[in-house]
Amino acid sequence: MIGVDPTEFKRPRASSSGLTIVSRKPGYSKITRGLTYGFLSLVAVLWLIPIGGAFYASIRPYQETQVKGIFSWPKALTFQNYRDAFTQGQMSHTFLNTAFIVLPAIVLILFFSSLVAFAVSRYSWRFNLVVLLLFTAGNLLPAQVLFQPLFQMFKHIPWPNFLSDTDTGHLLGTKVAIIIVHVAFQSGFCTFVLSNYMKTIPKELGEAALVDGAGVLRQFFQIVMPLCRPALAALATLEFTWLYNDFFWAVVLLNQGDQRPITSSIANLGGQYFSNDNLIAAASMIIAMPTLAVYLAMQKHFISGLTLGASKG
Amino acid sequence: MSLDIEAEPTAVVPAAVPPKRRRRRRYSQLSRSDKIWLTLMVGVPTLNLIVFVWVPAVSTILLSFTKWDGIKLGSWRLLGFRNYWTVFTILDTKMYPALFNNVILLVWLTFMSMIGMLLAYLLDKGVRGTAVYQSIFYFPVVLSLAIVGFIWKSVMFSQAQGLFNLGRDKPIDFVGNATKLFTFHIPGLDVPLGLSKNFAAILVAVAWRHIGYVMVLYLAGLKSVDPSLREAAAIDGCKEWQSFRRVVFPVMKPINVVVFVITVIEALRAFDIIVALKEPVGTNVMGVLVKNNLVGEGGGNVGIGSTYGVILLLLCLGFIIWYLVNSFREAET
Repeated sequence: MIGVDPTEFKRPRASSSGLTIVSRKPGYSKITRGLTYGFLSLVAVLWLIPIGGAFYASIRPYQETQVKGIFSWPKALTFQNYRDAFTQGQMSHTFLNTAFIVLPAIVLILFFSSLVAFAVSRYSWRFNLVVLLLFTAGNLLPAQVLFQPLFQMFKHIPWPNFLSDTDTGHLLGTKVAIIIVHVAFQSGFCTFVLSNYMKTIPKELGEAALVDGAGVLRQFFQIVMPLCRPALAALATLEFTWLYNDFFWAVVLLNQGDQRPITSSIANLGGQYFSNDNLIAAASMIIAMPTLAVYLAMQKHFISGLTLGASKG
Repeated sequence: MSLDIEAEPTAVVPAAVPPKRRRRRRYSQLSRSDKIWLTLMVGVPTLNLIVFVWVPAVSTILLSFTKWDGIKLGSWRLLGFRNYWTVFTILDTKMYPALFNNVILLVWLTFMSMIGMLLAYLLDKGVRGTAVYQSIFYFPVVLSLAIVGFIWKSVMFSQAQGLFNLGRDKPIDFVGNATKLFTFHIPGLDVPLGLSKNFAAILVAVAWRHIGYVMVLYLAGLKSVDPSLREAAAIDGCKEWQSFRRVVFPVMKPINVVVFVITVIEALRAFDIIVALKEPVGTNVMGVLVKNNLVGEGGGNVGIGSTYGVILLLLCLGFIIWYLVNSFREAET
């Protein structure tokens, strides 16, 4: 149903000759066309200035830009800021931290959510809707509401030292804790998207498999999962950027600085009293690079993932 | 958890299954081991979700009725509603300014959503180079808000060399400026409410990221609008604005709901950019207030921190429910 009341529209005006003038596709004069291009290009330039400026600043020495400003003709270009940011920010270490958190988390998120989505969408079951609601609503809660009890829980869950490099004897401050939070929190969104996706796979496929004697597990691994590849790829790219960009959980749960992943470690570079803006720009560029690369390489997946979640609900 | 799992051979059965249909299908094609596997498939992730998302959420609500330093388990004291009384009355000078910043952010982001919609609409008309424009408008979305904050701080707002200070004799320290752009007093409230220059600078940076996000959602929405509807509107003599307002916009209702809920939740959850920039004066928001009462220097006020958290939750709750009702109703049809 469309929320339009047809009587509200003006009828086409009758011309003097008695013929009705019907305006076809919305008028597209040269002027509006020009204006459209002008406006879009202006916005595009505005959009590129911050990132372009950040790159330009990052390849110039601070002593020079401090005097002349960033948007000036360069006298010297250098990658020294990148070297400094990389070593001062201990980025080889923090990048590894990120990898140790993000990669297992993505695999687990996708695995858990496809399990639930499969059961919920392929079988009718008493608690289907409740489970789906729990997952979807859980993802919408503000993270700040969850964190204090989680902090206490992790502090009281014992964790063997040989599995962590914090040696405190409990989960708090380990990367495992962050992975657990990500899996619990993010699987809501993925379950919702995947269950909608799986509903579009014909039931007959499952029935045929059933007749051939394939059990639930075989149906899941050999029939449904391979068909879900596009959705899984889209979700993987989305989740990669979200988890890579996570700042909140890393800041509140990893108070020992050396466990921190890359995104939250930038806070260490920008001291409140001293700051070398070009160094920070270089650090920002380094940190932005992986997500920008993933975005440029997988743009289609990325956008389809977002819209998959949005248009279906 | 029940093992009453039935194979459903024909159609997806919506939530409210009429009892008659249910009775007819009460045979199971599933073997015992299949049932056990299915229960595990649902059970393990659901248990994980309940333990690490829903139990903490409920615990926060319970903790908001207590006084606790967060150090020794069992040392909490039940206070009833006293924490709520504390934060809502004169004893607390932080909450109203923080809440007001959230409100400003919400209003701002709503306007930015409209710009995102405008960009999507223009791109949808089939201009040449749509893909390029789309990529440019969208790329800030893949950056973390913390990084967005640092880029704007070091490049655009930088006191020594930033673009916004180009050609100024007296450079302005945008992210470090507590002066207010406007303030006003509400009778009965001790602290003035207002918008600090710091927060205004953050608003600009946030818009850079928000607009692209909304644009992509609306682009998908516009593509799903049946073109014959527009043609019909045009034949009926609709002007472009009319046809957008009366035909296209209402048809996109699902996307409108998503965008609105995203906007509200982003505005209420705001945290990253402010904490990454070391919480400049005058930029307090609810999310940061929760954190500051729980960890760090002012930490150890678990009761008060949880109370702020519950207020945040209550503010989100209506929108969450609205979103769920909308999306699940749509999924069923």
